[in-house]
Amino acid sequence: MTDVVSNSVPPTRNHGALDHFLYVLRSNPVTLLAFMMLAVLLVAALVGPAITPYDPLTSNAAIALQPPSLDHWFGTDNLGRDVFSRVIVATRLDLAISVAAVALSFVIGSLLGSIAGYWGGWLDSVLNRLFDTIMAFPLFVLAMGIVAALGNTVENIVYATAVINIPFYARLVRAEVNIRREAGFTQAAKLSGNSDIRVLALHIFPNALPPMMVQVSLNLGWAILNAAGLSFIGLGVRPPTAEWGIMVAEGANFIVSGEWWLALFPGLALMFAVFTFNLLGDGLRDIVDPRQRT
Amino acid sequence: MLQKIQHKDAKIAIEVLTKADHREVLGKGSSPSITKGTKMTYETSRRGFLTGAGATALGVSVLPFLKVLPASAAGSDVVVAVTGQTINSLDIHRSGTNRPSYQVAVNVYDRLVSFGTKTLEDGSLSYDYSVIEPEAAESWEFADDGMAIVFKLRPEGKFQDGSPITAADVKWSFDRAVSVGGFPTVQMKAGSLEKPEQFEVVDDFTFKINLLRKSKLTLPDLAVPVPMIINSKVALEHATEDDPWATEYLHKNPAGSGAFKVAAWKPGEQLVYERNDNWTSGPVPAVKRVVLREVPSPATRRALLERGDVNMSFNMPNKDAKELSSADDITVATTPVENAIYCLCPNLSFEPFKDKKVRQAIAWSVPYEDVFQTAAYGRGAPMWGGAGSSPEEIAWPQKFPYSTDLDKAKALLEEAGLGGGFEVPLSISLSQADWMEPTALLIQENLAKIGIKATIEKIPGANWRTASLVEKRLPLHLETFGGWLNYPCYYFFWAYLEGHLFNSSNYRNEEIETLTAETLHMSVEDPEYAPKIKRMIEIAWDEVPRIALWQPALNVGTREVAGYEYWFHRQLDVRGLKKA
Amino acid sequence: MTGRLATVGLRITHSIPVILGVVVVSFLLTRALPGDPAVYFAGPAADAASIAQIRTALGLDKPLPEQFLIYATDVLRGDFGQSISTGQPVSEDLANRLPASLELTLTALLLSCAIAIPIGVLAATRPGSAVDHLCRILVTAGVSLPTFFTGVVLIYVFYYLLGIAPSPLGRLDFIYIEPDHVTGFYLIDAAIAGDWETWLAALKQLVLPAVTLALFTLAPLARMTRAAMLSALSSDYIRTARASGLTDNKVLFTYAFRNALLPVITTLGMVFSFTLGANVLVEKVFAWPGIGSYAVEALVVSDYAAVQGFVLAMALLFVALNLIIDLTYSMIDPRIGFEAK
Repeated sequence: MTDVVSNSVPPTRNHGALDHFLYVLRSNPVTLLAFMMLAVLLVAALVGPAITPYDPLTSNAAIALQPPSLDHWFGTDNLGRDVFSRVIVATRLDLAISVAAVALSFVIGSLLGSIAGYWGGWLDSVLNRLFDTIMAFPLFVLAMGIVAALGNTVENIVYATAVINIPFYARLVRAEVNIRREAGFTQAAKLSGNSDIRVLALHIFPNALPPMMVQVSLNLGWAILNAAGLSFIGLGVRPPTAEWGIMVAEGANFIVSGEWWLALFPGLALMFAVFTFNLLGDGLRDIVDPRQRT
Repeated sequence: MLQKIQHKDAKIAIEVLTKADHREVLGKGSSPSITKGTKMTYETSRRGFLTGAGATALGVSVLPFLKVLPASAAGSDVVVAVTGQTINSLDIHRSGTNRPSYQVAVNVYDRLVSFGTKTLEDGSLSYDYSVIEPEAAESWEFADDGMAIVFKLRPEGKFQDGSPITAADVKWSFDRAVSVGGFPTVQMKAGSLEKPEQFEVVDDFTFKINLLRKSKLTLPDLAVPVPMIINSKVALEHATEDDPWATEYLHKNPAGSGAFKVAAWKPGEQLVYERNDNWTSGPVPAVKRVVLREVPSPATRRALLERGDVNMSFNMPNKDAKELSSADDITVATTPVENAIYCLCPNLSFEPFKDKKVRQAIAWSVPYEDVFQTAAYGRGAPMWGGAGSSPEEIAWPQKFPYSTDLDKAKALLEEAGLGGGFEVPLSISLSQADWMEPTALLIQENLAKIGIKATIEKIPGANWRTASLVEKRLPLHLETFGGWLNYPCYYFFWAYLEGHLFNSSNYRNEEIETLTAETLHMSVEDPEYAPKIKRMIEIAWDEVPRIALWQPALNVGTREVAGYEYWFHRQLDVRGLKKA
Repeated sequence: MTGRLATVGLRITHSIPVILGVVVVSFLLTRALPGDPAVYFAGPAADAASIAQIRTALGLDKPLPEQFLIYATDVLRGDFGQSISTGQPVSEDLANRLPASLELTLTALLLSCAIAIPIGVLAATRPGSAVDHLCRILVTAGVSLPTFFTGVVLIYVFYYLLGIAPSPLGRLDFIYIEPDHVTGFYLIDAAIAGDWETWLAALKQLVLPAVTLALFTLAPLARMTRAAMLSALSSDYIRTARASGLTDNKVLFTYAFRNALLPVITTLGMVFSFTLGANVLVEKVFAWPGIGSYAVEALVVSDYAAVQGFVLAMALLFVALNLIIDLTYSMIDPRIGFEAK
């Protein structure tokens, strides 16, 4: 992040875009904050495992349930594992889950949405009914059902989160494609000999990207919450893997007995990440939406 | 524009709208193809859902009690208890009835006989397996040849509707238990009570059981919850051709003679017991009403007890039991569960575990003390570190002759030719993750130290029984069997015989098969009994198809309530409770 | 008017494939769940023979298509089957529990609106200011917390530590009798019965779970209000209104707010159906006897009938809700055609 700021005005054709980016950051302190928080998350995810003071998986029954101290900043859990180390290490997994899930729903959703929006007809109707069906499900319960049926592994959590997000992307793309398929520039592209797929991919689809970027950022946060919720009912990742949701869920049982640090710190980390993505959504909109440019 | 707001995820909706706003600020002319809904379907569903409500058998409005008294001032005759589990039926004989529901059979129905009560070392009460007491029967005697038992019913015995308890009721109830199939039939069979022809009405108050064999299990098996006495007149009124045992009716409407009636029952919320002031099978209980509330979250249950909003928390987590036992107003009764062991089971159907040495290696590698302190918070009894390879006495469970010795474990693995280790999934049940997960994690760590790479696999509660007990397909897993009838041979019968339900290790040993069959019905006084049992235990120790971890305990926290009594069925018996 | 009826008719036809889809998918999903209901039903210590006997009795030994046909026929007759875990007919369970969920969700949304809409309006009147940013951060923070975590923390602070809140024991403390069943909403039923003590008690039980849910729903409502207000304020007619000398307040509330209400209501509808499905976890924390906690328990024990019934009920509700939103739209804004797409 700081990197981008110091890298002032490189003489490229991105000139305008970067200027706009910097302008948005300067004019909106909250967005600036969001990008800085994102940087923290990325650093933790990239180098986290290397900088933790303890092995996040090694238990030590002798020091179980110790409150935060100089040795253990966030205390220790019921098996004597260092909560700080576990919180840091979990960053990578949590971000990976949400990024993978969102990427998957982005790709599949865009594909299906483009098909429905561009060709229309019965394909459109069938796909629409399909999306309706998914959305008519109580989404969290659908995710629960998928994970319960497939077994609780990281991949299945990703699939479940992706499935329930597909309709959102598909509809967005469908609508954007639909209003542009007869537009002047589309016709022009077609007349100059481009194939349908080429027109769709290179001329129409890029228009849908700005609103989708916003959606992506919001969904990243939501995916983390979703995984945490699944963990809460026991459908999360396999122990002893560190993951925020599972740590909060398990720690929640210790709050009443006074061991608040078990749930609080992973809870704060989780909140931090979701918060970052949510704030980022607004900033991204300001950046990618040309109408905001002045 | 509206089309795109079709999201359930409202966060997204805003973004889309803001976007749309820029495009065509207030031009809402576009077609709102939002819904596929119809008013008609909605109304149909409403009719179906909302008017069909309130059909639960016992309306709560029959309970004009305690309008606005705080719980603490609820008076000397009301006890409020919390539990984490749902009672899903009022009939223990029905298929699909879950364990927590067994307490209804205990509190609302009587049996012919019951067990006595004893005071344990820590001052808490427990049922006494060695004493059989009269309940609905006032006396009984064995026939001269020992092949029949004749019960005399109390002539003053009355059901809750006032009709007398007759031998015909007992016969109908026993016939039902051995005929409906499933759990009740299996449990009756354990006491050699197998077919209706065994049960005979001699006269109104005399009931005779003809025995198939002499067995020490028969009389105790009559004191478990299953052979309860049902008011057959009431039940038969509601029996149909398809449902000759009135399972649908008794599922929601108990017809017993027990110390309490069910005043209200909302599955998933609460069950309210109300005293039967005319109880004839024992002293009328001291409390008038017991409200049993279901609270799924253990943290909430703990908070409620600590704050004094409830009088009793049944089956508390070990951690809470340990911490609250030092609280001033709260008494925690921690009773080791008889005839039960938490075990680590290597499955002999899988290759490395066929070798006894590998199983022993695992038994030597378990960090017993850490597991006991971390997963059980020291509640229960250690089952490791016993001296000698053959037992001194026939007590069961008793300490297995293993402890944590990684060098020994490694040496045994080397001997078995597996010095390089192997990989194995270690399976635990999601619904028992509270103790299974820390146990498995600690075992996993130590197994890694001797070269065995275990991955922990959580199996959903619904699948656990199928996978572990019915299909017996888990290579290495945790298991929790406890036997109701407190004899070692009974434990071996269920857990060490091939094909039997709780033998999830697929273990078979010819000598144990023979010895168990010989001892199962044999009297404990028989001079042959003890040597045979000792031999069985010796084999079980040497071959370790089940590695004992510890003997679990049942924790019950009480506040301003006395008279809690531990029972082998591990359900709440409210009959003896008193407000302190 | 006949046109409108025709549209409604068309909507029904459109919703049929969706409902069908939900029935099929929920059937397949439950069959894919791990676990064997026959084993569960047969109880502890059951042998192979009694498990097989139960399997036949439950019809689980039949091929899947046949099972589906039986299920579909039963659903058509309004029979949702019997739940394994509660031992009651599913339709009865849902009927008992749906009002609990609805009452909680509606109270939460009411609370959420009461806070979010003023915040949104406030933010919209000062876009880009510190107030605006603060509002944005606050509501975003609310939506960033997992609801089960908020719930536990609230219980810990307000019940356990401070002792202000009543015991988190579901809809009514056990010392009160539930009001006679009219609507199933305790607040309404108690008011009808004139039993204000019970009414107050029910309200107290509602506060913590409703706050937990409301925190989670603040963000979409507040931000939608802000966005809608901003676009309304920048429109031509507002400029006209200002130019003709109307006071700021009059412009704000009479003209801008009324126009901004439309998208807010749409969001509200979406948030409602989302929350009804998402309060699963809140219900679990607060021992709330709603359909969410019911669904979780059912799913964990592979209770086919209960899961299917819940999903179907939610789908019907969702479909109905969408129709209501449409109707509301056409009522608030007559310009919106209700023509069938």
